[in-house]
Amino acid sequence: MSVDSATIVRVAHLARIAVAPEEVARLEAEFNSMLGFVEQLSGLDVSDVEPMTSVRPMQMKMREDVVTDGGYPARIVANAPASEDDFFVVPKVVE
Amino acid sequence: MNAPLPLDRRAAKPSQRIKSATGDWEMVIGLEVHAQVNSNSKLFSGASTHFGNAPNSNVSLVDAAMPGMLPVINVECVKQAIRTGLGLKAQINRRSVFDRKNYFYPDLPQGYQISQYKSPIVGEGEILIDMPDETITIGIERLHLEQDAGKSIHDLSPSFSYVDLNRSGVALMEIVSRPDLRSADEAKAYVSKLRTILRYLGTCDGDMEKGNLRADVNVSVRRPGAPFGTRCEIKNVNSIRFIGQAIEYEARRQIGILEDGGEIIQETRLFDHGKGETRSMRSKEEAHDYRYFPDPDLLPLEFSAEFVEELKSHLPELPDEKKARFIEQYGVTPYDAMVLTLERESADFFEAVARGRDAKIAANWVINELFGRLNKEGLEVTASPMSADQLGGIVDLIKDGTISGKLAKDLFEIVWAEGGNPREIVEARGMKQVTDTGAIEAACDAVIAANPDKVEQVKVKPTMLGWFVGQVMKQTGGKASPPAVNEILKAKLGIE
Repeated sequence: MSVDSATIVRVAHLARIAVAPEEVARLEAEFNSMLGFVEQLSGLDVSDVEPMTSVRPMQMKMREDVVTDGGYPARIVANAPASEDDFFVVPKVVE
Repeated sequence: MNAPLPLDRRAAKPSQRIKSATGDWEMVIGLEVHAQVNSNSKLFSGASTHFGNAPNSNVSLVDAAMPGMLPVINVECVKQAIRTGLGLKAQINRRSVFDRKNYFYPDLPQGYQISQYKSPIVGEGEILIDMPDETITIGIERLHLEQDAGKSIHDLSPSFSYVDLNRSGVALMEIVSRPDLRSADEAKAYVSKLRTILRYLGTCDGDMEKGNLRADVNVSVRRPGAPFGTRCEIKNVNSIRFIGQAIEYEARRQIGILEDGGEIIQETRLFDHGKGETRSMRSKEEAHDYRYFPDPDLLPLEFSAEFVEELKSHLPELPDEKKARFIEQYGVTPYDAMVLTLERESADFFEAVARGRDAKIAANWVINELFGRLNKEGLEVTASPMSADQLGGIVDLIKDGTISGKLAKDLFEIVWAEGGNPREIVEARGMKQVTDTGAIEAACDAVIAANPDKVEQVKVKPTMLGWFVGQVMKQTGGKASPPAVNEILKAKLGIE
């Protein structure tokens, strides 16, 4: 598997990472080198192997339906670049 | 494993087709309903789900996606999804997987929504829907659990949006229908029935005004017998009426394009209820690459068959079963049974009135008088000023002949407005129907004596009898028993 420069630009946009045009070629080479490394795995026959979902065989922990958290809006917005009346304030995003 | 059902398994009836100069078209509709799970706390955190709290006060550090926070699933949300699956007669998957659905939006602090993609908790099921002339079966493709996003408010400032994360992380069930619906009416009936089932189960309150039940509507059109056309998805429609309007508009928009020789482009659209039209959300197009992958913070969701059986054994009687029982046990018509079972509370009220009484009179008074009045005043049955006992008391008085239908309506008004025991009110205010033939005969004699001209007329024109009955009723203040008046007048006037 390998990617082209258009894919690099698209993935960067989806991840909201600014990539300058002159960086694309270098990233493309890095991506393809990494993908080539990972590609070795496709040589293995895993048809009889269950996908691994956990390092240890264990059941997912569950929580009772009780309110145990929240009630601190000031802490929630404390790191926001802008907030007002405990709302996050962001650039207008409506269509 | 069951063999997959054919996708295209219903044809629109000729009456459902859209007529056009170039020939008929039919609609193909599928719905994705997002139903907020009834729970105290969120799907993966201990923050409250309570509606209407101050901004960002129902938010834990997990919901705000602070670094290092890990999700822990709420067992009640899992149970609610299973209960819903059982109510939809669906396959319950005892192993399902949570995935990350990646996209950027200011009200999604994680940068992804935890959802279920390839392995949902509930598989195929079905819903029976009563249409005016038939009962149709609509397939359910799947139900999965996912997180709701926060809320962006755009009208507080001209240049900024305000974000409240109170909803962020609240559990939703996304219930996906098969593309089995063929008209706006069917789609509306489907959502109503689904809402009824959810409310019976207590798994979602179905409050569309609060956004607790909303639908994405997929619409395409085709010529009868042709394969499915390209569909458009109308996002986030939040009332049953708007769902109908959006479908009608969208189908005609697509037909217009096709008849002009154009092509439908698969896209996401918004319904503008002010203008009654759908419009494209072009800027969202690129966001469709969600890059799903299994959430590494969560193990697969697994539970035992006993866990499911335990939930199944406590399931309430569902609307279809209740309706069938009402027809069987109370002898009410299928239509009345449907109306009575739309809400669990209405059905309970009816049963309290009907218990040990004439069920047909009870059904008639519950539906026509009580529900009619509640509707008019915008009240829920649980807020009825008249109790089931009081209405039952009125039914008893009708049944034993103490009051006529006319007096019963007056009595209903009094009990509605003032409360009280119906039988005591009838006693205290002398509202008893006069069945004493002597008194009725006297009134009849008086009317006949006072109207010799009418007596002559009625002999050639028997339909005049109604006028006499009216006069006698007036004389007796509406208290005479109409059948008795009829009998006596006929005998006295010599009419067959």
